[in-house]
Parts: sequence; structure tokens; C-alpha cells
Amino acid sequence: MQTSRLGLLSGKPVFSTLLLGALGVTSLTSTFAQAEEIQLLNASYDPTRELYQDYNPLFSQWYKQQTGDDVTIEQSHGGSGKQARSVIDGLPADVVTLALGYDIDAIADRTGKVAEDWQSAFPHHSAPYTSTIVFLVRKGNPKGIQDWDDLTRDGVEVITPNPKTSGGARWNFLAAWIYVLKRELGDLGKLDDPQYADEVKAAKAAAETYVGNLYRHVPVLDSGARGATNTFVQRGLGDVLLAWENEAFLATQELGKDQFDIVVPSVSILAEPPVAVVEGNVKNKGEAAEKAAHAYLEHLYSPEAQALAAAHYYRPVDPEAAHPQDLARFPDLELHSVNEVFGSWRDAQKTYFDDGGVFDQIYQP
Amino acid sequence: MSTTQNILRPAPRTGTAPTESIPWVRYALSALALLIIALFLILPLVAVLFEAFREGVGAYVDAITDPYTGHAILLTLITALTCVPLNTLFGIAAAWCIARFQFPGRSLLTTLIDLPFSVSPVIAGLVFILIFGSQGWFGGWFAAHGFPIIFALPGIVLATMFVTLPFVARELIPLMQEQGSEQEEASIMLGASAWRMFWTITLPRIKWGLLYGVILCNARAMGEFGAVSVVSGHIRGATNTLPLHVEILYNEYQFSAAFAVATLLAGLAIVTLIIKSIVEWRQQRQWENASS
Amino acid sequence: MSQRRSLLPGFGLSLGVTVFTVSLLVLIPLVALVTKSAELSLGELWHTLADRRVLAAFRVSFSTAFAAAFFNLFLGLIVAWVLVRYPLPLKRAWDSLIDLPFALPTAVAGIVLTTLYSPNGWLGQFFAELGIRVAFTPLGITIALIFIGLPFVVRTVEPVLQDLDRQQEEASTSLGASRWQTFRRVLLPPLVPALLTGFSLAFARGLGEYGSVIFIAGNMPMKSEIVPLLIVTKLEQYNYPGATVIALASLVVAFVMLLIINGLQQWTRQRTGRD
Repeated sequence: MQTSRLGLLSGKPVFSTLLLGALGVTSLTSTFAQAEEIQLLNASYDPTRELYQDYNPLFSQWYKQQTGDDVTIEQSHGGSGKQARSVIDGLPADVVTLALGYDIDAIADRTGKVAEDWQSAFPHHSAPYTSTIVFLVRKGNPKGIQDWDDLTRDGVEVITPNPKTSGGARWNFLAAWIYVLKRELGDLGKLDDPQYADEVKAAKAAAETYVGNLYRHVPVLDSGARGATNTFVQRGLGDVLLAWENEAFLATQELGKDQFDIVVPSVSILAEPPVAVVEGNVKNKGEAAEKAAHAYLEHLYSPEAQALAAAHYYRPVDPEAAHPQDLARFPDLELHSVNEVFGSWRDAQKTYFDDGGVFDQIYQP
Repeated sequence: MSTTQNILRPAPRTGTAPTESIPWVRYALSALALLIIALFLILPLVAVLFEAFREGVGAYVDAITDPYTGHAILLTLITALTCVPLNTLFGIAAAWCIARFQFPGRSLLTTLIDLPFSVSPVIAGLVFILIFGSQGWFGGWFAAHGFPIIFALPGIVLATMFVTLPFVARELIPLMQEQGSEQEEASIMLGASAWRMFWTITLPRIKWGLLYGVILCNARAMGEFGAVSVVSGHIRGATNTLPLHVEILYNEYQFSAAFAVATLLAGLAIVTLIIKSIVEWRQQRQWENASS
Repeated sequence: MSQRRSLLPGFGLSLGVTVFTVSLLVLIPLVALVTKSAELSLGELWHTLADRRVLAAFRVSFSTAFAAAFFNLFLGLIVAWVLVRYPLPLKRAWDSLIDLPFALPTAVAGIVLTTLYSPNGWLGQFFAELGIRVAFTPLGITIALIFIGLPFVVRTVEPVLQDLDRQQEEASTSLGASRWQTFRRVLLPPLVPALLTGFSLAFARGLGEYGSVIFIAGNMPMKSEIVPLLIVTKLEQYNYPGATVIALASLVVAFVMLLIINGLQQWTRQRTGRD
């Protein structure tokens, strides 16, 4: 850039000398301090807004101390699927922190900008914090909701977003599915055991019936998790909100104090919102940016960041670091992961949520 | 016609016709019309203001002076300042060739200019993704040359231009058709240059219509949501226009802030309406002068 | 009007600019839409469009846009009538306010209408007491589209009303016609083309409206999911051809609507003797 401008200005020696001088000074200072100005874009899903608002300055400060480089992080939030779609279409995100692995798989499959084995790039399947799905009910739990079975009782309205578009909603769907399997089978280990094939088949049929029934109790199918929370909290619709645990906490603590209660079901899903570096984008920004992007995600596992995640109601993978008071808020419940029950996110997506999949078959409003 | 005129005493044009003579019909209809206006038009405006100040003036000021809001205002202004002049030039050119000349394909061209009016803004966003997205026709090339279109300012400008394309042209075409071309032809015959003819004959005669179109174009350019939403990428402080910022704040549970920013847009709408009625009034006078 | 093309300058330049811009902004995008749809075979195309969720979305879009435009026929006629014929205090102000839906960004309209009509909103609570849910149902979509479409009817009917010859009405009543007869025989015929134009404009706009609707729609597949939202949904499932096919289908509908509107407008001009 600067050299080409020099060429253009070559007819005016005074200017070019000035410019050369300026160039010299900048290169001098940069070799002296080795400070780089780096800008990263983090494309994330809806409920992480508050977390990254706090994490970004924490990281910038830490990274400045470590390397002297100035990193500013821009944020883009939206439904997880929408964000992945944007990255596929060319949103220059350097890191993605999305709601579920399938969305990052989609980026890897369609653009190759994310490494195929992105899940092994960081510890804990590249999920620095986890969450689960719980119920948010009106204060005092007027409908007496205790567990998944209560959701399909007559007169109960359930708010959950559309699993075709919302990552959170897919976790909701699968959590309900897991509950029925567990109820029917008693032991999820039977799933892979051929000798229980018939029993598993019956359990899956029961799950289909239950989940289909569940969606008949849904009066509004928002396109994203935030929309659903708005519908429940702000618009006063529905008796139960199936929500990310962190969204449920946020609603009780910050949106409407003393308006809502959290009900913890007996069984739920271990939600692992993953992170990945979009190598295909960040490599255009140079080595320093690449390093910073990796550090940005790696530092999510640091004790400070883990404590921050816990403070924002995400379950830290390293509980030691978190404030005990924050940890105490997380209830104990039986959690099962997607890989354990459904094999992988790719399989789950294909079976349940793709066009013509289980959701399309059972959804009868 | 002539017979009835002979039978009846000539009624003044502003007088009360017999159909309206029963007072209760008049009052009932007036009340109904005002109720419709109040319910559908005024109440939403009041609600915006009410919700914006629900948490007090301090919260309102905070929301308005937030740096992200400032950036969204800036981006919205840049977008409008790019789109509106370009679409004004386009509108004048389109109106000139369509209203002043006969050529094959003229009505097809008119329909194509109209198309953005009735196409869903979402489709407007979608087509630009198909062309300029990284999976699209030219997206890879532009991105490789360091000039990204989608999820950057050019994409927002393109989508906005598409949506606002018909505004100026649609305002000018009927106006210029109605005015006819005799004066312009006379000036050319008297030896005026094309440039001189445009500045002294054409422009003065269309200026109010032009301004009217420009105002509507500007209002739409600043307020467009659907098309811009698809191509923006929603990067805070980078590709967030004011309407998108409203949505983001709304999704962050900052309802008062969302409505506070919405008051800016509602204020813009009001200002637009005021300028518009002034222009309309001037335009009407001009038409009356022209016809008398 | 006949043109003596040779006299006026600037034809080449203005046509060039126009065709260039229209090609860049409208034609190329259209071609992109068609070629992208052509990636699907006819069978797949049919399969995409005949999907019951897609059909339901078209049904929701059509029925709500139609209902809203239909209501606007009456609301718009009443408002236009009163604004043209009756003395009203602050008439100019009311009259300019009609254009508010044109000028108010649709996202703002969306969140405000949702706030007003949700079950705990200012207006929604009254409906809720009656057991009627407005927001998040097709009724809510219809109300948003009435808001969006009102100015179209008012603005097309107003000038025709202004130009109506009142002496005909007076003649009709003085010749013994009842008010209703006068309205039907004298007033309505010249208004019909304008009303129809306003109706089609409001209808066409309603079919494509996105910003003001998504907040209030509830977005239930099969029930309150509109076509533009379905396009976005398909996009977010990485189903580009699917999104494109639906977009193309609604584009064809829009094109047909435009042809109808242009025809109606010509008819209006002939009927009222304007132009």
C-alpha cells in the first residue's frame, strides 16, 4: 500500500521524503515494541452476548501483557445457524463460538475454512464451558411442573424455538428425546446393545410420540433462543420455557426478579457449545492475528475465564477456578451428551432435523 | 351533465353536498376515521415514546449516546448519503428516457424499475448473497482482491439501492408525462444546449416532484431492515445500521434502549412527513399554476 | 403522447444510465435467482414447492395479505372520504400522518405492534380478556399488514374523490335517489378502479413484508409462518436452492401483481379521464 503510494508521488520529492520518513518512524517503533494492532471478529450465538462482553476486555488486557499486541474483538451475535450461514457466505469471522458442533461442521464441510478435526484443537471437544436445558416457569410454579412428563399435560403451554433454525431448540428437542429413552430403557447403555434392539425400537417410538405431543403444546415457535425468551418473559406467553440453563438464570436474576422459578428436570442433555478458529479467514490477516485467534480461544480455558463463564451461568469445564458461590447455583442432575446417545452431531442433525427428518414427520401443529 | 347543471343551482366546490348533509353520518364517519388514525397510526408512535422513557431520561440519554448507537447512526447516514444521490441520478435518467421517448422495451423497463417495490426485501438480500457471497458468482474474486461486498458496507449499500430504486423514478415519470415536452423542445429549437435546457426548463419544473421522491427514498434507505439484515452480518460497531441496532438491543433484553433508538427512527419518520407535506403543498401550487 | 424523438437530447445517455443500473441491480440478480433455481431438477423443484410447509406459508401469506388489503378497502375509503369531504380540525396533520407507515422503519413498526398487541400489551390485554390472541397468530400478521397497507388505499382513493363531480351527487339526490342509491350508482363506479389499485398495492406489499411481521408473527410452521420468513429459514439451514426456488415463486407472484396493478392504473386513468 505505502510503496505504491510512493510510486505515485515520485514526482514530488518533498512528499515522498516526508512519507519515507514517516514510514521509517513507524517501522522503527514497531521493531522496537513489536506491538501489533490486531482486530478479530467473533461470530457467536445469541445467549453469549453478556459473557463475551466481559471476556473480550479480559483477554485483550492479558494478551497485551503477554505479547504487547493490541487486540480488539468485534462481536456478531445471532441464531447459531444464521451465524454459521453468514460465515459460509463470507462473513470474515476469525473465530466462531456457536451453540452446537453441527454448525461448525457445516462451515468446515462447505468452505473448508475450518479444519475438519476442529473438535480436537482445544480440550474437552473444543467446548470451554457447558450448559444444559432446564425449565423456566412462572413464579410459584402454578402449573406444578416437575419433570418432562408434566409438559404434555392438558392446558400446559410450552415455549421453545424452532429446531430447524435454532441451535438451542435442537438441544431442547434432544433433551426431551433423551428423557424418554431413559424413562423407557432405564439404562442408556442398552442403546448400542443388539440384544435389546426391540426394546430400543419401542423406546424410540415412545420418544417420537412424546416429542410430537410436546410440540403440540407449543403456541409460538420463535426462530431463535432469544426470541423464545422474549416471548415468555416479555410477552407473558406460555407456562414453561425450555431454556438454556444460563438463559434461565439470566431471566430469573436480571430480567424479572421474583417473577420466575427454575425447575430442574430429572434428566437432561449435556450441551457443549463449541469454539473454533476459522483458519481460512484469519490466515489472511497474518501470523500475529492467527496467533491471537488461537490464544483467544485457548484463554477461555484459563482460570479467570472459567470463573467468568461460571459467573455468567455457564458450567465451567474447570470448576476449581470458579467462585464457589457461582458453582453452588448449578443444580445436580443426570446429564447425557449427544455423542453418547446419538453418536455425533452430524448423525443427530441428519436423523432429526434435516428436511424430511424426524422433526418434520412428527411436527403437527 | 349540462342538463343537471341547468336544473341545479351551481354548488360551490367546497360546499356540502346533499350526501353529507345528515350531521350524525358526518360525525360518525369523522369519528371513525379519527379512531382508525388514532389506533393504527398515533398509538404506535406514543407507544415508542412511552417504552423509550420507561426507565427514565437518564437511561434514554445513555442509550442514544452509546458509542455503538453512534456508529449505527453513522453507518445509516453513510448508506443513505450514498444511495440517495445515486438513485436520484438514476431516477432523473430513467424518467427522462421513459417519459420523453418512445422505444421498444419501454414498458418492460418500467416494470423492471417497479419490481423492487413488490419484491420481498428478503429476496433482495438473498440475490446479492447469490452473486457476491463466497459461494456466489463473484464473491470469491472480490474477497480475494481485498474488497468484500457482502457483510460489508458495499453489500448494505447495494441492498438498499435495490430496495429504493423505484422511488425517484416512479415519482418523476408520471409528472414528466403530464407536463409534456413542448417547453423543452422549444428551448432546444431556440438553440439552447442540452445542459442549459435541463437546468433552466426541466429541473425547475420537476424540482418539487423530485424532492418528494428523494425524501421517500431517503426515509426508506435509512429504515430498511429486511434486505440489509440478510447481507449485514450484524457486526457491532461495523455493519450495524440503526434498524438492525434496534433489533440487536431488543434481543439483548435492553427494551428501553431498543425503543430509545427507535425514537430516532420514528423522529426521522416524522421529519420526513413534515417535509413531505410542505413539498406536497408547494408541488400542488406549482401544478395549479401550470394548469391555470 | 406522441414524441418527436429527434428533437430532444440525452436519449442515449439517459437510456444508457437506466439500462446499466437496472441491469446491475435488478436484471443480474434476477438471472442469478433463475440460474440458482435451475440447479434443481423439475422434480426437485416441484418437491420443494409442493412441500406442505411451503404451501402453508404461501397460504398464510396470501390469506393475511388479502384480509389486510380487504380491511384496508373499507378503512382507507372511510379515512379518505373524511379527509377529503369533511371539515376537520388539524386536517393537514392527520393527512400527513397517513404516510407514517411509509416512513416508519418496518423493524420499529414490528416491535411496537408486538408490544401493543401481545397478551400483556396495551391493546392485547383487552383482546386477551375476550379470549382472543392477537400477537403470534395470523390475526397479528393481518394487523401489521393493515398498518403497512393503509396509506396505499387512502393515497390512491384521495385524488379520485377530490376530482369527483359533486354536482352529479346533488343531481342524483335531487332526482329522488336515496343516499344508498347515490353512493352505489354515482359515487362508487368511479372509485372502483382506484380502490382496486389501492387494494392490489396493499396486497402486493403485504405479500413481501418482512420487518414488521416477523416480530408479531409467532413464526409457527404451518400456522403463522410467512413466505419471506421461510426463505430466511431455508437459508439458515444452508438450503440455498430451496430458498431460491421459493424466492423465485414469490417473485413470479409479485410480477403478476405488478402487471395487474399497471393494468388497473391504466383503467383508472381511462375511467376518470386523467392523463
